[in-house]
Amino acid sequence: MSAVATPQKPWAKRPVDRIRGFAFFIASILFAFGLVAATEIKGKLAYAFIFFVAYGVLTATFAFISRGAPAAKDVFISTLVSLGAVLTVLPMASILFTVLQKGLPGLHFGILTNDMSMATSTDPIATGGILHAITGTLTLVTLALIMSIPIGILTALYLTEVKGKFAGPIRFLVQAMSGVPSIVAGLFILSAVLYPITKNYSAFMGSLALTILMIPTIARTSEEVLLLIPNDLREAGTALGGTQWRTVAMIVLPAARSGLMTAIILGVARIAGETAPILLLTGGGDKVNPNPFSGSVGSLPYYIWKAFSAGSPEAITRAWAGLLVLMIVVLILFLAARALSNRKVSK
Amino acid sequence: MIQTPESEKEMSTSAQPGSLASVANAKQARTQPTQATGTGLEARGIHAWFGKNHVLANINLDFAAGSVTALIGPSGCGKSTFIRTLNRMHEFIPGAAMAGEVLLDGKEVYAPGVDVTKIRLQIGMVFQKPNPFPSMTIGENVLSGLKLAQLKVANKDELLESCLVRAGLWNEVKDRLDAHGGSLSGGQQQRLCIARALAVSPQVLLMDEPCSSLDPGSTLRIEETIRELSDSMTIVIVTHNMQQAARVSDYTAFFLSDGGPGEMIEVARTSEIFSQPKDQRTENYVTGRFG
Repeated sequence: MSAVATPQKPWAKRPVDRIRGFAFFIASILFAFGLVAATEIKGKLAYAFIFFVAYGVLTATFAFISRGAPAAKDVFISTLVSLGAVLTVLPMASILFTVLQKGLPGLHFGILTNDMSMATSTDPIATGGILHAITGTLTLVTLALIMSIPIGILTALYLTEVKGKFAGPIRFLVQAMSGVPSIVAGLFILSAVLYPITKNYSAFMGSLALTILMIPTIARTSEEVLLLIPNDLREAGTALGGTQWRTVAMIVLPAARSGLMTAIILGVARIAGETAPILLLTGGGDKVNPNPFSGSVGSLPYYIWKAFSAGSPEAITRAWAGLLVLMIVVLILFLAARALSNRKVSK
Repeated sequence: MIQTPESEKEMSTSAQPGSLASVANAKQARTQPTQATGTGLEARGIHAWFGKNHVLANINLDFAAGSVTALIGPSGCGKSTFIRTLNRMHEFIPGAAMAGEVLLDGKEVYAPGVDVTKIRLQIGMVFQKPNPFPSMTIGENVLSGLKLAQLKVANKDELLESCLVRAGLWNEVKDRLDAHGGSLSGGQQQRLCIARALAVSPQVLLMDEPCSSLDPGSTLRIEETIRELSDSMTIVIVTHNMQQAARVSDYTAFFLSDGGPGEMIEVARTSEIFSQPKDQRTENYVTGRFG
């Protein structure tokens, strides 16, 4: 008869360790507050910085006394790494917090059903809305997606599957294009298409410029994803009597599906808040424009820019609300794409 | 199932002259197979290069219809390259070149105007590493060749079952045909790949070390599958396992490279290669004195 074994974790922290860790934590916070109060140092960042240094020194000192110099170094570096992670997240969190704080007062029930055609910048917040800007942004993104997904993925297929003669130069150009400033894309469409041909603002003009910005992102990311697909699969498809096109369409692309979806998400992220080409090409109307190929159209970045330029307190609140909505729209697009890419292959 | 013309079936009984074919006929008489079709596969003076690297020199080898031929030899002697020239997978590798003729039922595989995808349908291949298609279910994997080659069959369910039965996998997967191929064990995945190759009814099946990444139990199961399949098709198997060659094959060819391009030293009935090889180097290899 042997005793029944119970699962244990001998490596886990004991209560005394937890209490000691918590004490160091509190002590560091108090020290940070004390130092800020006692000296000339000011600002929120100072609290965080002093806290981390104090915590690192305290824990490292304890580790040095109890376990020696190597352990002390280990503990101190751990604290520094945590500091790096927090410093990265802080600006993001700060932006989110500010946008929420300043944008929420601008939200009201009619914001998603009204446009700004009947409201001026000094009207109360409750009048008008951003319907025109949301529909405009969605139109721009959709048109840009329709154009850039096929071109971007076909480019990636040329680079990875066809491996044609021009693969080298094309790869170089695509990489160079991904660094093109957005204002250049906007000016190019303005001078090459809008002035000489259409002579009219439209969502389509804006989406042309966005497509130029989006293709390199989609093409490069798709290329990297396709390169990860094992060559075995291509050979297996070919050995079963598939032509190259059928092997790519039936085996390589489905195997890369979630990665390609990521490429598209990154492409959308690149253009959703893009402002410079929008300012040049879309005209930024205050009314919902159902025709994407003619007439000026509003969009969220344009709305935000216009409201900030108007300068009245109401307009600035509207701008913050627009920012909040833009971030929510991008978040929804991300989540939708992620859900699509994670969905299991159905029968 | 894809029907093969009756005329081709009849041709199998009138195999070309020569000791190998007559032995094959004797074996056919023993097991009474009637389904093996065509006159088999012939390689005439095959050379292969990768860039300027001459890797294979002057291989002449006949594979009689319905026979199992094992290719043995140390690593790097060109066995895999050789079987990849047979179904034109060699040209898949950048810088590859070849010389010589491959005849399937007397027709030149490399002739201009030959549809290379048709050749690969007739000469199927099983790879060293199991490679089921990750985006497909077990059932879809088996039938993927039909979709890839755009073939029509009357009864897909029947074909699916018969392929899995012949590959020895039916009983293990019949209740989960909708599961992903990746959910199977390595040995099952390799049998799935065999079933996938069978679904397009090849005349010849090339197997490139099909058991090298599998445990002994799965290996045994695949060897049984090979024995059963040999009634209905010609099989060429590359293996480093000499016991395996002795167990499954009718003929064995010994390949060797002495630093230069790989050559075929000797081919004979498997029992002869392992009991009384003509060449001293073959004897050294099969008795384990080198390689």
